[in-house]
Amino acid sequence: MKVLMFGWEFPPHISGGLGTACYGLIQGMNVHKQEVIFVVPKLYGDEEPVADFVNASGVTIDYREKRFKKLWKNLTYLEVNSFLVPYLGPKAFKKFTDYAIHDRTDVDESIFSTKYQFSGKYGKNLMEEVSRYALVGAQIARDRGDFDIIHAHDWLAYPAGIAAKEISGKPLVVHVHATEYDRSGESVNFPVFEIERAGMHAADHVVAVSQLTKNICVRKYGIPPEKVTVLHNAVLDASIITSSYQKKVPEKIVTFLGRITYQKGPEYFVEAAKKVIERDPNVRFVMAGSGDLLNKMVDRVAELRMGTKFHFTGFLKGDDVDHMYAISDVYVMPSVSEPFGIAPLEAVRHNTPVIISKQSGVAEVLNNAIKIDFWDIDAMADAIFGLLHYQSIARMFTELGADELKKLKWEHVAAKLVTVYEKILAPRA
Amino acid sequence: MRTVCFYFQVHQPYRLKPYRFFDIGEDHYYWNDYLNRNVIQKVAQKCYLPMNSLLLELIQRYDGRFKVAFSISGTFLDQMEAYAPDVLESFQRLVATGHVELLNETYSHSLAALKSKDEFFSLVHTHQKRIKELFNGYSPKVFRNTELIYSDEIGAMVAELGYQGMLTEGAKHILGWKSPNYVYSNALNPNLKVLLKNFRLSDDIAFRFGDKTWGDFPLTTDKFVNWLNALPKEEPVVNLFMDYETFGEHQWAETGIFDFIRHLPEAIFSQSNFSFSTPSEVLAALSPVSHIHVPTPISWADEERDLTAWLGNDMQDEAFDCLYELEKKIRKIKDPELLRDWGYLQTSDHFYYICTKFFSDGSVHEYFSPYDTPYDAFINYMNVLSDFILRVEAVSKK
Repeated sequence: MKVLMFGWEFPPHISGGLGTACYGLIQGMNVHKQEVIFVVPKLYGDEEPVADFVNASGVTIDYREKRFKKLWKNLTYLEVNSFLVPYLGPKAFKKFTDYAIHDRTDVDESIFSTKYQFSGKYGKNLMEEVSRYALVGAQIARDRGDFDIIHAHDWLAYPAGIAAKEISGKPLVVHVHATEYDRSGESVNFPVFEIERAGMHAADHVVAVSQLTKNICVRKYGIPPEKVTVLHNAVLDASIITSSYQKKVPEKIVTFLGRITYQKGPEYFVEAAKKVIERDPNVRFVMAGSGDLLNKMVDRVAELRMGTKFHFTGFLKGDDVDHMYAISDVYVMPSVSEPFGIAPLEAVRHNTPVIISKQSGVAEVLNNAIKIDFWDIDAMADAIFGLLHYQSIARMFTELGADELKKLKWEHVAAKLVTVYEKILAPRA
Repeated sequence: MRTVCFYFQVHQPYRLKPYRFFDIGEDHYYWNDYLNRNVIQKVAQKCYLPMNSLLLELIQRYDGRFKVAFSISGTFLDQMEAYAPDVLESFQRLVATGHVELLNETYSHSLAALKSKDEFFSLVHTHQKRIKELFNGYSPKVFRNTELIYSDEIGAMVAELGYQGMLTEGAKHILGWKSPNYVYSNALNPNLKVLLKNFRLSDDIAFRFGDKTWGDFPLTTDKFVNWLNALPKEEPVVNLFMDYETFGEHQWAETGIFDFIRHLPEAIFSQSNFSFSTPSEVLAALSPVSHIHVPTPISWADEERDLTAWLGNDMQDEAFDCLYELEKKIRKIKDPELLRDWGYLQTSDHFYYICTKFFSDGSVHEYFSPYDTPYDAFINYMNVLSDFILRVEAVSKK
């Protein structure tokens, strides 16, 4: 079978978990000898050659093609005046749109060029890039007839998937790694929601990274449950990491590591920290990462008078991330809505016991973890205290967690995906 | 007698280096040597050296009729010794003329007067010792507290230390209808005389001199002397208090600030009956006209002339309280490095960097700070403080 896949980023040039998940999935597909044509807005040339890569920036679009005109009409409708950036809180978004409304002068400049230079980032021309990407999708679908099925990852690639389906008539699978409801809570950006809804409805089948995400697809986007299959993410490498990096402080360390945004629930971590410190002063809390809620968190920590016990590291990269996991005694992911959430699995690899919110997809696959409601700061504080003081649970978690991790393989995910493909293609054969 | 009293504040903090969470418990050196040395050497070229040589020239030309006072913080003395010994020598030469008065302050330019009498006294004693060492046994008679922070109680403490007088801001809200151009006395201990900054005339030089949008731009010596002459005849003293960095650093040489000072004595001597005096000469010559009541502390900062540049927001208050919680343990410690850091961590600038008054929604405030935002400043300070607390506790347990 040959799959035409549309992604948005690919390792090593990634800014979120999407690229890593695509990489893992392709690795898994390769184990099962499935061919993948993988399209990204921009190729850097240093990607590992695991798939037949197509660089969207290098595709020449033939605007004389009549069928494209109708597509283009729909796409410009999408693009005009929708100032969109994912992963921004309401405040940052407001700032961004103010900037874009007053400073953006480049609207539609590149309509008549036949190649489009994608940034492949999540920048201010995101919507423009998304619609151009769809045209590229159409062009590739026309040029290459050698694929059986189309697979689009997340909303940025849905329009490309839809366009490819319209041109080729091949079935479309959309893969939901996250939804607008996860990123923005109830205050969704409507144009993004619209694209997500259109993608899920146009698809022949929807793949969701967790039951939690499937429920959102069903309840918020009106997709029939039988049209959605849950395929949990896996880990690329399940080996245990033993670090020689030593912690320099005598206290135990409890860590939050991730973007400091609404979706990740940082404020609940801060409140729980206060409750723990009141009971046990020999603990340090670390909030690693950056995001639009960082300053608010700093203010709150000062207000609670725990600045010498609660630390901020800013954005961590490279070895620092490993070091942070290595010196943590407990890892907490209090996400308000997390479609999957790979970070707790990284913590498990470092033998660090984890506390995760029930509102995360990873809670569906990781049994050896304490699961709490993100809003339940008392339960979170109890769990932190328990893991710090009752060594047996922590020991059990690290031993059993390592075994669980070994079962989470991308080749299993790929195998399930292949059966999904087969089911879709069966009636056509 | 009508006289002008110049006092210049000379201070630089020991700025912290970027100190990460990962450094806590391991790296016990907190200071950004590179930045601190650069600042001292840069300002030395622009301000300290040229201005010191100009003042020496004026003192010699007018044979001591022109005179000024300095308060030099301990953190500045230490950095000058380490990074700019030529600047130290030039200050020593000025003091040796006998026409330059030195004031005492807290050694580390600290806000301790607001928190702890013991710590305040201890820092003043350290400063006395250092001034004595570096300036040939010099012993100041007049006191100035960090950022001119003053209240009735702080004044009473300063009196207890044996000073004749103290400098502070002529803040509108404490003066009301009264004029800053008299000598006042402390409300709790009348033995302590208080000199008040004439903030209008001081700030005309310190803040507005080079401002082209100012209605009175350009400020000439003639204009300035006219303003002095226009003051009510019975007002005896005009206190011109400002940062020394006004000359060449806040107001660049291109504004003509050095020429203004070069010609000011001549203009004053020839066109007015004003003389120049140092603070202790003013105190010796004039009796207080009344008490000045300052129940809550004032300072020379911002329009409010209060403490909100350093204390008041949650981050500042937390940093400040956490630091002084250590005081009891510090008293029992002899380790010179720990004591040095304890002093340097008290410097008011650290708390100033955490001020959010001028900071709204990501816009970088114009004030000089080594940090992008007050939040960064707070995080960095608290990381350092966390390590410092660990060291203090380790030593205390022994």
